[in-house]
Amino acid sequence: MKFKAMTAIAALVISTPFMASADADDDQLVVNGEIEMITKAPAPAHLADALDEVISGWHMRSDETQEMQADDFDNPAMIFVEQAQDDWNTVMGTKDKSCASCHDNVEDSMAGVRTVYPKWNDAKETVYTMEMQINDCLTDGMGADAWKKSGAKMARMEALISVQSRGMPMNVAIDGPAEATWEQGKDLYYSRTGQLDLSCASCHEENYGNRIRSDHLSQGHINGFPVYRLKNSKLTTPHGRFKGCVRDTRAETYKPGSAEFIALELYVASRGNGLSVEAPSVRN
Amino acid sequence: MASGVKPRVKVPKTAAAGDTITIKTLISHKMESGQRKDKEGNVIPRSIINRFTCEFNGQSVIDVTLEAAISTNPYFEFESTVPEAGEFKFTWYDDDGDVYDTSKKIAIG
Repeated sequence: MKFKAMTAIAALVISTPFMASADADDDQLVVNGEIEMITKAPAPAHLADALDEVISGWHMRSDETQEMQADDFDNPAMIFVEQAQDDWNTVMGTKDKSCASCHDNVEDSMAGVRTVYPKWNDAKETVYTMEMQINDCLTDGMGADAWKKSGAKMARMEALISVQSRGMPMNVAIDGPAEATWEQGKDLYYSRTGQLDLSCASCHEENYGNRIRSDHLSQGHINGFPVYRLKNSKLTTPHGRFKGCVRDTRAETYKPGSAEFIALELYVASRGNGLSVEAPSVRN
Repeated sequence: MASGVKPRVKVPKTAAAGDTITIKTLISHKMESGQRKDKEGNVIPRSIINRFTCEFNGQSVIDVTLEAAISTNPYFEFESTVPEAGEFKFTWYDDDGDVYDTSKKIAIG
């Protein structure tokens, strides 16, 4: 067990309690001293064969990083949320409308929205991500240009909408018309790609808690997305992260906004059903 | 003025006289280092916050010189004793001459 041996060496050298254990810690996440997060939950039924418990990636991070997420002032992602609040109230496009013209107060109108996305869109007869819905609003509702998929503006608007659902458990629907897309996402999750021949499951199901390079592998849930990553000091969307992961297997990646990533987003979101929406979370 | 600059501070509303309190400050700023080049190879001019100060009732609490290696959205956390009720004044100085300030009152109680 090469992994275990290396973990043991790291523990000897650095000798901090957190690093001595490769598994998730037992800390409690309470944001601003009031929003209690569910960061560990029984695995949803469709995962019963693979996992007993779903664990937020928050548990895999160091105490210092965990603390940043526990207070909105310390969470650098909140800067982007504030910027998106300005966007929300800004009139854009040919129809002289802002987001607020239709949706009023984001706190009220967007509460709970993040928990059910991606979801089936009856009118368009396809699975819709939040990003697609935002772009529909921009182009059809407001007569404005669509935003770049997974771009900075998109990520911060997703963060603003997600913040309104913090603490609520993820609950995406995987049956009914969405089922075919969900199955496609599941296939992708378990398909090995790239020169390194890795699937999502190779790391995030079979090896979570172990180390990859100097980093702890999480279970790869997206309940905390968009996520503020300390390594590049900006928000990352699920599709942006998927792209990074696929690239790291040394494969050609799918594009953000592609049918493949939409299906994968639905499947990965469903693996985290039961965990609180944490977005915008703070990770390495 | 650099775009998107917004100062934020967190100070307790009250403290006991003589108490030491923790102050947190953050200003959104791109902190362009002056070391980078654009696509055409031209140097992107330096544009950073070069000085940050905090005063309490006119008395200096902290006075910081910032250099180009400091990352985007500079964050400072520091402690101050509170001898009396009053006001903390926070000031950030931009390379382009702009000055951003904000203040917070604190009561004794």
